[in-house]
Amino acid sequence: MKQSRRNALKAGAAIAAASALPRFAIAQAGTVKIGMSMPQTGALGAGGQAALLALRMWVDEVNVRGGLLGKRVEFIVYDDQTNPANTPGIYTKLLDVDKVDLLIAPYGTVPTAPIMPLVKERKKLLMGNFSFQVNAKVQHDMWFNNSPWNDASSWSDGFFRAGQKAGAKSVAILAADNDFAQNLANGARTLAKKAGIKSVYDQNYPPTTTDFSSLIRAIRAAKPEMVFVMSYPNDSVAIVRAVNEIGLGPQVQIFGGGMVGLQFTPIMASLGSLLNGVMNYNSYVPGIKYPGIEDFLKRYSARAKEAKVDPLGFYLPPFNYAIGQMLEQAVNGANSIEDAKIAAYLRKSEMRTIVGPIKFGKDGEWAQARVVQAQFRGIADKDVEQFRQIGKQVVVYPDAYKTGDVITPYDKARKAK
Amino acid sequence: MTILGLPSELWFEAVMFGILLGCFYAAVSIGLSVSFGLLDVPNVAHPAVMIVGSYCTWALWDRGLDPIVAGVLLMPLFFVVGVLLYRFYHASFEKRGTEAGVRGLAFFFGVAFIIEVGLILIFGVDQRSVQAEYIGSSLELGEYRFPYRMLVAFGVALVLTFALTLYLSKTFTGRAIKAVAQDEAALRLMGANPVRIKQWAFGIATGVSALAGAMLIIVGPVEPAMDRVYIGRTFCVVVLAGLGSMTGTLAAGLILGIAESIVLMHPDLGASWAPAVAFSLLLIVLSVRPQGLFGR
Amino acid sequence: MRFWIGALLLAIAAGALAVSGVNEYFFFAAYVVITYIVLATAWNILGGYAGYVNFGTPAFFGSGAYAAVVLFQALGAPLVVQIAAGTAMGAALGFGVGVMTLRLRGIFFAIATVAVVFIMETLMINWRYVGGATGLQLQRPEVMAPFATYARMLFFVMTVMAIAAVGIARYIQTSWVGRGLRAVRDSEEAAEANGVPTLKLKLIACVVSGGLMGAAGAPMPMYLSFIEPASTFSLNYAIGALAAPMIGGTIHWLGPVIGAIVLASLQQIVTVTISGEMNVLVVGVLLVLFVVLAPDGILGLFKRWLKSSSR
Repeated sequence: MKQSRRNALKAGAAIAAASALPRFAIAQAGTVKIGMSMPQTGALGAGGQAALLALRMWVDEVNVRGGLLGKRVEFIVYDDQTNPANTPGIYTKLLDVDKVDLLIAPYGTVPTAPIMPLVKERKKLLMGNFSFQVNAKVQHDMWFNNSPWNDASSWSDGFFRAGQKAGAKSVAILAADNDFAQNLANGARTLAKKAGIKSVYDQNYPPTTTDFSSLIRAIRAAKPEMVFVMSYPNDSVAIVRAVNEIGLGPQVQIFGGGMVGLQFTPIMASLGSLLNGVMNYNSYVPGIKYPGIEDFLKRYSARAKEAKVDPLGFYLPPFNYAIGQMLEQAVNGANSIEDAKIAAYLRKSEMRTIVGPIKFGKDGEWAQARVVQAQFRGIADKDVEQFRQIGKQVVVYPDAYKTGDVITPYDKARKAK
Repeated sequence: MTILGLPSELWFEAVMFGILLGCFYAAVSIGLSVSFGLLDVPNVAHPAVMIVGSYCTWALWDRGLDPIVAGVLLMPLFFVVGVLLYRFYHASFEKRGTEAGVRGLAFFFGVAFIIEVGLILIFGVDQRSVQAEYIGSSLELGEYRFPYRMLVAFGVALVLTFALTLYLSKTFTGRAIKAVAQDEAALRLMGANPVRIKQWAFGIATGVSALAGAMLIIVGPVEPAMDRVYIGRTFCVVVLAGLGSMTGTLAAGLILGIAESIVLMHPDLGASWAPAVAFSLLLIVLSVRPQGLFGR
Repeated sequence: MRFWIGALLLAIAAGALAVSGVNEYFFFAAYVVITYIVLATAWNILGGYAGYVNFGTPAFFGSGAYAAVVLFQALGAPLVVQIAAGTAMGAALGFGVGVMTLRLRGIFFAIATVAVVFIMETLMINWRYVGGATGLQLQRPEVMAPFATYARMLFFVMTVMAIAAVGIARYIQTSWVGRGLRAVRDSEEAAEANGVPTLKLKLIACVVSGGLMGAAGAPMPMYLSFIEPASTFSLNYAIGALAAPMIGGTIHWLGPVIGAIVLASLQQIVTVTISGEMNVLVVGVLLVLFVVLAPDGILGLFKRWLKSSSR
C-alpha cells in the first residue's frame, strides 16, 4: 500500500515536471496537511480501502495542479480497524502530534461518533464520510457530510413511494442489530406510520446470523406487500440468497431498501442473477449524469486494479473524491486554510463535484438528499463488466435522475430483462 | 391455529430449518470434537484453519472446480498440515509437561491471528463467496422449500458423523484414538505410541475442517476475521455435546440449530435474542450437567 | 512498605504529568495502555495464580462500562461513582459466574465465560435505555480542576486505578489466598485433600478479578464519549488480558504489568505507524514466540539471565 502510494506520488511529480505548469513552481512554499483515519481492516475495511484510493487520487491530482493555495498537500492516514475505541486517539495524534490543518472523518458512523465531541471542542472543520446522523446530538457547526442522505426518511422515502405507487399497503421490516440499520429502521417505521402503511412484520436480527431461511419464511407467512431490509454486507448476501430460495410470496411488490453491500462490486458479482428484481438504495449508478464522474471512474478503475480494491467503485469512491474537491473549492474560495473561514464558505456556497452540485443545510448534511433507489434487472452470473452498462440498475428514484420505471410485483421484476 | 404463539404450519418448517442449520453447526464443529474433545488440545485456531479451507475452496472454485469437490480434494493436504501443527504443539508443550493448558490456549490464539493476517495479506479484506447450481435455489416439496446449500451441509454433516463414529469404534487406530483420550499410560503398555496416534487423530481433525471450510463458504460469504464468530459457536457445540462424542456433537448441533431457528421464526420472541438462547442453554447445561449432554 | 512508597511516588508523578505541558496525544494512548495493565492484572489473579482461564474479560469490562452509563444517564453521577458502580457490577457478575461454573474443570470454565460475553452483549443490544444496538453519544461534563482536559483527568484516574489493582494483586499473591490458589493450580485434588477451601478461594479470585475488570471498563464511555455494544464487548479485550500475562509472566504480579506495557504500547505504535492488520499480527507473533520460547514470559527470561550472570 505504502509502496504504491509512493510510486503514485512519484508518477504525479513526474507528470507535473514534464508539463512544467507555471503554478507548480510556487507549490514549494510549505505544505497543507490533511489527516484522517480510514477503516482498512475489520467490518468496513473493504469499502474503506476503495474510498481511500479515491482520496489519494485527489491528493495526487491537486498536487499536480500546484497544491492548495500554492502549498503541497500532504495526506496522513491511519487505520482504525473499524473500531471506535481507536479513533479518539488517532484524531488526537493527528491534531497534536502531526499538527494537521484539515480533517476528514473515517468512513462510517460508528468510527466517527466518538470523535465528534473532540472535534467540536477543538473547533476544527470535519468533512463527514458516509456516516449517518452523527451530528444530530453534538451539533458541531463545522461538520459537512459527503453522503447523499440527510435524515432517516431521505433514505426510505423513495422505497415507500415506489411501493405505494404499486398499491402496496403493508410492509415487513427486517433490520440488523447494529447502529446504522437501527437508525434507519426507526426512520422507516415513522415514515410507514405517517403514510398509513401497515407494519405486518418488524424484527431485528443479530449480526452473527448464519442462515436466514427461518426469518424469510416468517416474513412470507406475514404476507407483506413491501419488504424493507436494512442489513450489513455479509447478511445482505445471505438474505438475497434466502429470498431466492424460500420466496417471499406473490403479493410482494418490492423488496430491498437499505441493504449495505449490494453496492460493492465483489458482492454484486458473486450474487449475479440472484440480484434481479431487488430494489435497493445507492449513491451512484451508471446512467446518472453527473459532470466528470465517468472520467473519474475510468481513472479510478485503472488504479483500482493495481491496488486490489473494488474494481468499479461506484458507491464510495466518487463521494470521497468529492470531499477533496469540496476542500479544494472551499480553500480557494475562502483563500485561507483556517477552519472557520473554510466552513463559512462551505455553508454559503454551492459545491461543484463529480457527484453533482451540493448545498449544505444547517446541520451540515445535504440540504437536498439524493439517495438513489435502483432496481437490478437482467443481471447474469459471473460478469463484473456488465455493471458498467446503463440499465442493469434502473434508477427509479429520485425523479430528476430516473432512468426507468419500477417493475412490480417483485416476482415479475425478477424475470424482467 | 397457533401453538405457543407460532402458527402450527410454521412449526414444522422451523424445526426443519433448524435441523438443517444444526447439521451445519455439527459439520463445522466435528473436527474440534476430535482435536479438543478427544485429544484435549485447546485448538482455538480450529475455526481459523476452517476459514483457510474456505479460501482455498474459493481459489479452486475460481479455477473452475465445484466447491464440494474442492473441499474433498483439500482434505489430504490439510491432514498433513494438521500432523505438522500437532508435532510442533507437542514438542513445545506436551513434551515439557508443565501446565500446557493456558499456554497451549495462548499458542493457538496466536496461530489464529497469524492465519487471519496471512489471509488479509493474500486475499485482501473483501468478502468472498462461491456460486454453484445448489446456491440460491431450493428443493420444492409442495409448498415447502428447502435451500439446497443447507441440504448439502446436512448431507456432509451426516456423512462425517457416521464415518467418524464408525472409524473410532471399528478400526484399530480409531479405538486407539479413543483409548489415548482415556488412558495414555495403558496404551503405552500395549505397545502403541500415543504421540503417533494423537498426531494421526489431529491430522484427521484438521483434514475434516477443510471440508467444513468448504461448507462454510457454500452456506454464506466468508471474510478473514470470521473465525472469531465461530470460536464461541464451535466450542459451544463440542462442550454441550460432552467431550469427544461424535453423535453427541450432531445432537448438540441440532439442539442449537432448532432453538435458534424457532427464535428467529417466532413473531413474539424477537430474533435478536437468538445468540443469547444458544449460550444460555450452554451455561445451564454446564451448571447442571458438567460432563455435557452426552458425555461419559 | 517500599512498594507503597513507590506507588505513591508513581501516583504523584502521574498527577504532575497530567497537569504538565505534555502532548495531549500521550494521554489518549497512555489511557489505553493503562486500561490493559488493569485488565491483565485482574485476569492474572484467576488465570495466572489459579490457572483458570477467563475468556470473559469483555463481559466484565462491558458490564462495568454499561453500569457507568446507566448511572450517568439516570443521575448524572460523577466519574468516581461510575467507577464504584462498574466495580460492583463486575464483582457481582464475577460472583454469579463463579458460583455457576467454578466447580467445572478449567477448560469448561473458559468456555462458560465465552458464553457470558455473548449473553451480556445480547442483553445490551436489546436494552433501549442504554442505546441498544445504535449506541449512545454521551455529553461529557466539565472537567474538574486542576486538569485542563478530560483525557488528562482520565489518565490520572486510570493510573491510580492501576496502582490499586496491582496492589491488590500483590497482596493476593503473597497472602494465604495466593498460596491456596497456587495449590489449586498445581493440583486441585491434592489441595482439596489437604483441606484447602478451593471453591471459596476460586470464588474470591473470580470476584476480585471481575470487579477490577468492571472498574477498568467504567471510564471507557467517558473516554470515548460514546458507547456501543459491538466494540464494548470486543474479543480484543479478552485477548489482550490473556496475552499480556503470557508475555510478561504469570507467576509474579509484575508480569502482567510488563506484558501489558509491552503489548499495548507496541499496538499503539503500530496503529499510527504501519497498519491495522499488523496490529493483529503483533499479538499473534508475540504470543506464539513467548509461549513457545519463553514459557515464563519476560520475567522468566530476566530471572534466567540473572541466574546465569551470577554464576
